[in-house]
Amino acid sequence: MPERERYELLEKPSYHFETERRDVLKLFAGGGLLVLIPHSAAAQESGRARGAWRGEPLPDDVEAWLHIGPDGRVTAFTGKVEVGQNSRTALTQAVAEELRVAAGQVEMVMGDTARTPFDMGTFGSRTTPTMAPRMRAAGVAARQALLELAAQKWGVKPETLEAADGCVRDPKSGRSASYGELTHGQAITRTIGKEQISRPRGESVAKINARDIVTGAHRYPSDITRPGMLHGKVLRPPAWDADLASVDLSAAPETGGATIVHDGKFVGAAAPSARAAARALARVKANWSTPAGPSNSEVFDYFKHNPTGPAEDAVRAGDVASAWGQAAHTVEGRYTVAYIAHVPLEPRAAVAEWTRDGLTVWTGTQRPFGVREELAEAFGLDIKKVHVLMPDCGSGYGGKHTGECAIEAARLAKATNRPVKVVWSREEEFRFAYLRPAGLIEVRGATAGSGKLLAWEFHNYNSGPSGLATPYDIPHQLIAFHPTRSPLRQGSYRGLAATANHFVRESHIDDLAAASGSGPLEFRLANLKEPRVRAVLEAATGRFGWGREKSGAGRGFGLACGMEKGSFVANCVEIEIEEASQRVRVRRVSTAFECGAIVNPDHLKNQVEGAVLMGIGGALFEAIEFEGSRITNPALSRYRVPRFSDLPELATVLVNRRDLDSAGAGETPIVTIAPAIRNAILAATGKALRSLPLAPSGPAGANKSA
Amino acid sequence: MKLRVNGKEVTPHDPDQSLLEFLRDDLGLTGTKYGCGEGQCGACTVLVQGSALRSCITPLSAVADREITTIEGLETDGKLHPVQQAFLDAGAMQCGYCTAGMILSCVSLLARHPHPDEAEARRALNGNICRCGTYPRILQALRSLSTGGRHA
Ligand code: FES
Ligand code: FES
Repeated sequence: MPERERYELLEKPSYHFETERRDVLKLFAGGGLLVLIPHSAAAQESGRARGAWRGEPLPDDVEAWLHIGPDGRVTAFTGKVEVGQNSRTALTQAVAEELRVAAGQVEMVMGDTARTPFDMGTFGSRTTPTMAPRMRAAGVAARQALLELAAQKWGVKPETLEAADGCVRDPKSGRSASYGELTHGQAITRTIGKEQISRPRGESVAKINARDIVTGAHRYPSDITRPGMLHGKVLRPPAWDADLASVDLSAAPETGGATIVHDGKFVGAAAPSARAAARALARVKANWSTPAGPSNSEVFDYFKHNPTGPAEDAVRAGDVASAWGQAAHTVEGRYTVAYIAHVPLEPRAAVAEWTRDGLTVWTGTQRPFGVREELAEAFGLDIKKVHVLMPDCGSGYGGKHTGECAIEAARLAKATNRPVKVVWSREEEFRFAYLRPAGLIEVRGATAGSGKLLAWEFHNYNSGPSGLATPYDIPHQLIAFHPTRSPLRQGSYRGLAATANHFVRESHIDDLAAASGSGPLEFRLANLKEPRVRAVLEAATGRFGWGREKSGAGRGFGLACGMEKGSFVANCVEIEIEEASQRVRVRRVSTAFECGAIVNPDHLKNQVEGAVLMGIGGALFEAIEFEGSRITNPALSRYRVPRFSDLPELATVLVNRRDLDSAGAGETPIVTIAPAIRNAILAATGKALRSLPLAPSGPAGANKSA
Repeated sequence: MKLRVNGKEVTPHDPDQSLLEFLRDDLGLTGTKYGCGEGQCGACTVLVQGSALRSCITPLSAVADREITTIEGLETDGKLHPVQQAFLDAGAMQCGYCTAGMILSCVSLLARHPHPDEAEARRALNGNICRCGTYPRILQALRSLSTGGRHA
């Protein structure tokens, strides 16, 4: 089970299928074969059939559709979205493999609230383990139905027939019929049940719409245009939680075609160009009151003293309190983790258009159905009147769960009676989107004389409960998460708190290894039970050549390992500290990653390496700076993200467990790079750094608390 | 004032615009992206007389009478430019939002240095951010070109 995570911004699903289904079914008016993928087996067995398609009752609770038209076209419909993690390709592969057609023959309709069934959202690495097998099952059910149709037609047994390349063949007679021929004039539904699906073939199918990307033809949300469209800008407060105390619009005459909208706390302008809208807003005089709060250096004490609820025990085992007395070595540490920003290269963007039928919004979001609800609530609309579409967008990393930009565009569109586009500036994205939570983590660990871990006490303040449980065999444990107030707006981020919790755990494990006179690898292997973690650790160290060279002045080797969301990762790292600048450079990274059976090796490698590179930013230099709730470095010139110059030599081992179900891979490979780098700095300098980022300006300038 | 975009002469009505705004909003050439507006990310890269330039910080007046090439202008007669093809072959993208800027920066680099070594390539591309971290693949695409094409 995935861990509960407060920062996923989970919302209660609310189903409104009856009417939606009717609309969706219009898409299939030409007949053909329709395969339904219910949310759960239970929903399917309950037999509550409310809708019907051409006389056939349909289950109540559908999460995806697969349709084969009389023209042979295969279309799958899912509320999942594509944010760069290549889920479009992976899901297409799932259908195509089972249906025995080329990937190019499957069209995947995604994240369109009018055409795809409800979906909670694309996060938590759930697409591969949950949606992909169900798409496979739909492929199997469709294939089976096609075999039966052909068998009927030819008066033979379906088992004697074969499906391949979009056709059913009878090897005995040599007859064959295309899927289109078979579904022609038919209107058949199937509902997936307990289909025997096969393991992913593990082929490196190229990204489905890659050609449109290299030619610039693909339309991202910020590229959408509508006839008569205006551009919108919103008057921003100095901080996300500031209140509009007063506003004076008198100096801002509606010139240059700009319309100014003032509604409660919202002040915005729509104009023929974004610049004209910004110009109009520049003349608005507003007074804001901003609540006081801690700065980035004070926030960790603030967390400690501002609980929002009781501590939540994640693990309690043995008797920690009495274990310390039996310890051979005890190490305590106070670790901190900074707020960081997702910095999706495409900022939030939305185009909103009102028609007589309601509101249509194109926007970049990981939760199109969630944004639909936000819009319905904001404008007091029936949810059926809101249509949200999510064109494949310029990434998210957990940062695009919310719909504020969609609401802003819709508010301005309503006032002007024209379609309006709002694209957040980079500064707005830094200051008004949410951040990965900062955190304070206090930890105490102890070993017994045997070199085995004995006790582990771990308190995470604010950062989050993901990845708290340790893969190590420790008899006495107390692990708790402490929810606290946060001066900044915070939410999901790739890997959630697993990055912070792994950073602290794996750093502290190195400190305990050192205290007990053991090496980082030996100590881990002596204390790790989980065979899948051991396997990636051995694969990464093997590939790296761990132990072949010794750390020395200015050069260090470090490693870390872990598991999260059903996948397993280990990194070995070589770092170098430049003498003059004291800058830390990551020279070499070996990563071993295992997520069960591999779906697409090339895309998996791409995800793993991308996560490692993104992780290097959070490990070494990314940090949001703030005074109270006001962010003071909201620009790429003041917030450094990894660039070509930061790219180490990468060696990536993909451990393929074809015997296991596939787990998601977009998040977990980010969780152990930071502690591996930290441990390499320790090996090179003897300095036990305990803050992320580790070295915004070299290890000497790092915020160390030992 | 006038300028040429992808081989066509165009006349802007508002010379105070940035080149990026003009391309995207007036000409509808949305392949050129906004990422930061301060010359830091390279998503808005276009070619001006064959050299990479950040269109977000370039006022239109600075490119009067120049020849601009955007990502939409790279393909000729339905055939991809070799750099576009190399990106496809290397799978050098995830979300693809940085891709247009990366491709044009590579075109510009290769025009100056047909065989850049790795250090030169990194230096030339350091102003282009790929937040998805596809840097190794972009270098791989470049390598396949500078060593004489993908069949080398
Ligand atoms: S948008 Fe021009 S450099 Fe970022
Ligand atoms: S592929 Fe997403 S930013 Fe480069």
